[in-house]
Amino acid sequence: MNVYTPILVLGILAFAFAVFSVAAATFTGPKRYNRAKYDAYECGIEPTPQPVGGGRFPVKYYLTAMLFIVFDIEIVFLYPWAVAFDRLAIFGLIEMLVFIITVLVVYAYVWRRRGLEWD
Amino acid sequence: MTGSQFGVFGIDPWWLVLLKVLAIFVMLVLLTLFTIWWERRVVSRMQNRIGPNRVGPFGLLQSLMDGFKLALKEEIIPKAAHVGVYWIAPVISATAAFLAFAVIPFGPTVSIFGVETPLQLTDFPVSVLYVLAIASIGIYGIVLAGWSSGSTYPLLGGLRSSAQMISYEIAMGMSFVAVFLYAGSMATSEIVSAQEPIWFAVILLPSFLIYVTSMVGETNRAPFDLPEAEGELVGGFHTEYSSLKFAMFFLAEYINMVTVSALATTLFLGGWLAPWPLSLWESANTGWWPLLWWLAKVQIFIFIFIWLRATLPRLRYDQFMKFGWKVLIPASIIWIMIVAAARVLRNDIDFSNRELLIIGAVVIAVLLVGSWLAQVVIDRRDTARKLALAEFENRTYDPIAGGFPVPPMPGQQAVLTSRRTASPVVQQEAIDG
Repeated sequence: MNVYTPILVLGILAFAFAVFSVAAATFTGPKRYNRAKYDAYECGIEPTPQPVGGGRFPVKYYLTAMLFIVFDIEIVFLYPWAVAFDRLAIFGLIEMLVFIITVLVVYAYVWRRRGLEWD
Repeated sequence: MTGSQFGVFGIDPWWLVLLKVLAIFVMLVLLTLFTIWWERRVVSRMQNRIGPNRVGPFGLLQSLMDGFKLALKEEIIPKAAHVGVYWIAPVISATAAFLAFAVIPFGPTVSIFGVETPLQLTDFPVSVLYVLAIASIGIYGIVLAGWSSGSTYPLLGGLRSSAQMISYEIAMGMSFVAVFLYAGSMATSEIVSAQEPIWFAVILLPSFLIYVTSMVGETNRAPFDLPEAEGELVGGFHTEYSSLKFAMFFLAEYINMVTVSALATTLFLGGWLAPWPLSLWESANTGWWPLLWWLAKVQIFIFIFIWLRATLPRLRYDQFMKFGWKVLIPASIIWIMIVAAARVLRNDIDFSNRELLIIGAVVIAVLLVGSWLAQVVIDRRDTARKLALAEFENRTYDPIAGGFPVPPMPGQQAVLTSRRTASPVVQQEAIDG
């Protein structure tokens, strides 16, 4: 048996449980119609009309996602380096130092351009 | 990779795999029920209340009953919801939460019905990477739930939550690097056995602290529970969810808490290895005993979660993001480089511990002097700015200075209006004139 097969088995069990629960909710609970119940919840006031597709939100979230990708890729390179560190030794250290400094230049630039501020 | 260590994984008979999967599933559900009850009890005690104590002994069955109650509640799907995505979001959250547990080691090799097998579902050379990947899939559940509800608060809560989780995932991912460096492996079982001489929490304390901080941010728990800030966003991404769909999110949140605690135990507290006074006992690390040590360590983390919730007020969102991006990330990068440099110096250039300490002292001294100099520069700039500001406030106000906007007539003085009373000099001039 493959080492990944148990994950599949656990996944199937968890998925089945989640689907069962979510589906069961339709049958176990009562159903009493009331128009106000099906409006978006905004603490009792008339809900804000929502444009199709969720509407607009601050572009800041997009910027955070882009920065995340930059650093996540840095981590992707750090992991194999860390695992093979003892074999790469000083060559690996200097190589990684150069790489991290390159990323830090970007980081300093983003910091200076207030890309890390949230307001 | 050395493949031999993984020989014990992936060879279980099918019934044993099913048994282990069931055991993990049941354990996670029970731990969730227990943690909800435990959290309510502990927080109550910390707030001079009693907490749930009616259902079952000590109120232990309270969360089970709450689950049944949720199942019997009406399920409301808002009119504006995107029904397909709205349905699948809690399923994604709950499934991902369960899946992350597949690679957590609970104990050494034991004998189950005559079959020798490790107390771990499976393991492979990149299992910690797998946990991170599954945690990222969990974010989809949250952001899709917020988006598909068709309501303002859930949308903002979902976005906040995803932004927060990806920001703290970076710091979390970086805190693992030093562990991999010392363990020489990304497999959870090998990381645990690499901690046999000493726990990584001791030798890699900064990594440990960064991980513990970011794991609270990663699970959206107080004081970092901004996606669920009641005062701002009602319930956050699950505002529009009710009945068992809401229960799925609740389950996922608590399982994630257990998962990050288990990961902290595995990577930093020696996993199932017995803690010091117990490790003197010969058979502390054999048989089923390690399961107990593992559970105790996980419970310590869960108690810390609860303690934090009862103690600390919620952060403001900008402070929170600032802390993640400007403190945790640079701190982890610097720490990784220090660890790597020290290791190279000791292993390859044959520095002794004493020389390493001297180098470390010099580096720290340079850093301290550097930070002092930086502080001096910042102070000087602040003083200059303050002086400039004071000068600006006390400046003589002359509305026709330099002939702008209209050149003055010979002998013309500025006329004082009622709004321009701030500058005493102009007033004096006006009186004199």
